[in-house]
Amino acid sequence: MAIDTDKNSYTVIFAAVMVVVVGSILAFLASGLRPNIQENERFEKQQNILYAMGINENGDDKGAVNFIPTDVVEGEFANYIKEQLVIEGGKTTEDKEAYLIDMKKQLAAKKKGQPYKLPVFIGEKDGKKFYIIPMYGKGLWDAIWGFVALDDSLTVQGVYFDHKAETPGLGANIKMRYFMDDFTGETILKGTQYAGISVAKGNNDPLNKEKTDNEVDALAGATITGNGVSAMIKESVNLYKPYLETIRVK
Amino acid sequence: MGLLSKKDTNLILDPLADNNPITIQVLGICSALAITAELKASLVMAVSVIFVLGVGNVVISLMRNIIPSKIRIIVQLIVVATLVIIVDQVLKAFAYELSKTLAVFVGLIITNCIIMGRFEAFALANGPWKSFLDGIGNALGYGVILLIVGFFRELLGSGTLFGIPVLGDPIAKTGLYATGYENNGFMIIPPAALIVVGIIIWVQRMKNPALVEEN
Repeated sequence: MAIDTDKNSYTVIFAAVMVVVVGSILAFLASGLRPNIQENERFEKQQNILYAMGINENGDDKGAVNFIPTDVVEGEFANYIKEQLVIEGGKTTEDKEAYLIDMKKQLAAKKKGQPYKLPVFIGEKDGKKFYIIPMYGKGLWDAIWGFVALDDSLTVQGVYFDHKAETPGLGANIKMRYFMDDFTGETILKGTQYAGISVAKGNNDPLNKEKTDNEVDALAGATITGNGVSAMIKESVNLYKPYLETIRVK
Repeated sequence: MGLLSKKDTNLILDPLADNNPITIQVLGICSALAITAELKASLVMAVSVIFVLGVGNVVISLMRNIIPSKIRIIVQLIVVATLVIIVDQVLKAFAYELSKTLAVFVGLIITNCIIMGRFEAFALANGPWKSFLDGIGNALGYGVILLIVGFFRELLGSGTLFGIPVLGDPIAKTGLYATGYENNGFMIIPPAALIVVGIIIWVQRMKNPALVEEN
């Protein structure tokens, strides 16, 4: 006997059953896989922070981003990151889990006028100190974020940027070496002003030899993502200004 | 006799040429414009769509006699979305790097009109095996065009293929660049994809006049 699939009652029942079935499959899957996914995300964050301060496996490879492997990242993170600080309402405290702080939530809290936390990671490599600040902003389609490693003259020592859904081949290239490497050596100061670093079109410096202009060369076809990166750096630098002022060698 | 009957073979081969989803049916253009600036993204997208369309067609085909016709589009959408999310979650847990590459494609796969089109036009009326072949065939046809467009856009726009420089170094002016050749920045932006697809359509119809519509 054929079922009368046109009946309203059948349609409603079908829809209800489908929702329950699909919902259960996805819920089951999501909760089952959550521990693995969270661990992957934690490792990724550690890799990103270490990458910004130059702890990576790039070696002689000039083209690709090579993180340190996930199986050793936890140990290396503990090795190189000497202090994890949290700045909250002008007070600075130490917190071993500061790297798990979600910048998106903190910036949202700030917008609503609620108290928010700003993490800073202090790394040390070959006797040199790195101050790594996280940032979070908007690209063309969705979120972009990153980590910028500074020394005590507020010169950029390395960066790592990433994005959620920028266009492949265009905005997505902010996580490419040829874009990120340009930031190294730039300063976020203009005189004594906290200017940040702009992603500039037509700055007549495509090889980025000029390191004091607070500019890096933009990506072709990715104007809005580039502007997002500029805005994100500017916002973050402003947020961390009071802290950066305390570490800056004058 | 081969593994596939002649009819089955046609299910796979037709969409590759004379019934190509992009150049003949002009479906799936949106993603073809968005992600073909480089070959790697084209390949990832092609493989993802082959998987989703192949499996999705089978699922819809198996359900074809019980899906209420009034809500069939929603049901199709849910099947695609569920499949894509399952794949995304599993990759996130076990192949995190790959999942990061794919993240941006997830939304694009769900909204790809080729997928809904094949569900609606084929899987709802045919058995699972035929639907599977039809899905694979159409996804291949889509993927082939994506790769062709990606090849030209990356080569002419960035001078690379799969990210590897093939024309020399544009900044140090070596290889082809020594002769004064420059990368064409226009090829990187989406309108260039439209032009490349247009040229493919033109060449295809020139070779096979039967495809030209009568006025």
